Amino acid sequence: MEQALARLREMDLQRGVIYFGFLGIFLFFAVTLHDDGFLTSRNLTNIVLQTAPATIMAIGLVFALSAGEIDLSFGSIVAVSALSAAVAMQSHPMVVGVLAGLGAGIAIGAFNGVLVAYLRLPSFLVTLATMGLFAGIARSMTDLRSIPVINDTFTGIFGSGKLFSVPSLVLWTAVAVLIGHLIYRNTRFGAHVLAVGDNAQAAQVSGIKVPRIRLCVLTLCGATAGLAGLLYAGRLQAAKYTLGESDLMTVIAAVIVGGTALNGGKGSIIGALLGSLLMGMLNNGLILMGLKVSDQMIVRGLIILVAVAVSLRDTNR
Amino acid sequence: MTAASPVLSLANIRKVFGGVIAVQDFSLDLYAGEIVALVGDNGAGKSTLVKVISGVHRPTSGDIRMDGETVALVDASSARSQGIEVVYQDLALAHEQTVYMNMFLGRELTRKPFGLLDKERMRRESQMLVDELDVRIPSANSRIRDLSGGQRQGIAIARATHWASKLILLDEPTAALGVAETAKVEELVASLRVRNLAILLISHSLDQVFRLSDRICVLRCGEQIGIRKTADTNRNEIVSMITGVHA
Repeated sequence: MEQALARLREMDLQRGVIYFGFLGIFLFFAVTLHDDGFLTSRNLTNIVLQTAPATIMAIGLVFALSAGEIDLSFGSIVAVSALSAAVAMQSHPMVVGVLAGLGAGIAIGAFNGVLVAYLRLPSFLVTLATMGLFAGIARSMTDLRSIPVINDTFTGIFGSGKLFSVPSLVLWTAVAVLIGHLIYRNTRFGAHVLAVGDNAQAAQVSGIKVPRIRLCVLTLCGATAGLAGLLYAGRLQAAKYTLGESDLMTVIAAVIVGGTALNGGKGSIIGALLGSLLMGMLNNGLILMGLKVSDQMIVRGLIILVAVAVSLRDTNR
Repeated sequence: MTAASPVLSLANIRKVFGGVIAVQDFSLDLYAGEIVALVGDNGAGKSTLVKVISGVHRPTSGDIRMDGETVALVDASSARSQGIEVVYQDLALAHEQTVYMNMFLGRELTRKPFGLLDKERMRRESQMLVDELDVRIPSANSRIRDLSGGQRQGIAIARATHWASKLILLDEPTAALGVAETAKVEELVASLRVRNLAILLISHSLDQVFRLSDRICVLRCGEQIGIRKTADTNRNEIVSMITGVHA
């Protein structure tokens, strides 16, 4: 009984970090930036819109980290997939562009996955290398040029459109989080991902196909980065090699702050959503406070450091 | 021991790794409802035999029969589908997951029509099983990392009991446990006899072997030295069989 109570207290604390952090920072900005329009529905919607690609990538990363792997290359995948979609749509219908963008993401993710799952190379090193590799490929694809996306249907679905007056980026975020959460918590695949990251040997002797899980999570990371690339291209109505460049730290921080363990076996999709929104709020609030870009980076870095330290405190016992 | 045909019958099993003979000419019949102990020094070939029976290694030559029929145990899943479960020394449990998810690891129950996990049923069945075997844990919702070594081994054995229809292999089930926990696990193992399963116990502790087993099979340097009924032998005989030194 005592043990059960202790466990309950501990879980509350652990789960609470992201909620309290989220609420705390929200209240802080709500009070200090009240006159600067932080609380307006337009600004709040903006935060959700701006974080949509990061949130979607965070979902993929939760799966990868939970399985004991990591993906560092998703930022580069975003650029390659956005450019693939934009280039394809210059001469082909929208469907081809969407398939090209998603396909590029899935293909690169699967490439990472095969190297990790079947050649047993550490995912940290594989994706560190492919991050550079595909950043280079993104640059050479269009000679550093930006490619406009003028397909209205595409920019509507993946960018500025609305369905029943709900912005499409909000819908993408909601649908991705719901499906991600359902798969993560309520399917055999989700259970196997967690088991592999927790104790790969136990998973193996329990008949779980460990390499296939590793391949799947890294492919999933590629797919979510591919979708994020489409959302960037849709919202900005253009694709450029710089897309996704600054997302690496944001997404990893969002996922860790959201309660996903760096060494596998534990995580939360809802936590990742809140983590991502938290990062978005920080961005937004610091800009509204009128900080210089350099100061924003410093403050954001420090806050992320504190947030990560707090959320890891328990895991590192 | 029952008079029926053996649940598992190993005949002339030989396993060679490169030029090294790990096990040669090993034969053993296991019957439902009995506990057979496999003893021997480090490197005697016990682990190799465990891996052969659990499907991890295939024997170089020899015959494995279950209920009289020759079977090929090509991998861990095929051994499991034959009704063989292994309780590993290093506890094959996922520590951050709950008891019930571990109980059903790799064999999760799902619900129609969407194939989503049936957590409620897994929880209920796990709870029933641990209650039945008297493994005392806070609840089937507990995470493994919050349990003691004895409780964890209890879960591992309960899991094996749940899934095994023929044979449970216990590989050093109490090696990592304290005195009280060992007693508890031994009690649990002894209680499995009535479930009409064959049990093969690998243990370093001769005290434990004498407390639990019906027969003792001794290996030395890959060679089968002999099989004794526990009631008809004594420690001195077993020790001299293990070491090859006659007292």
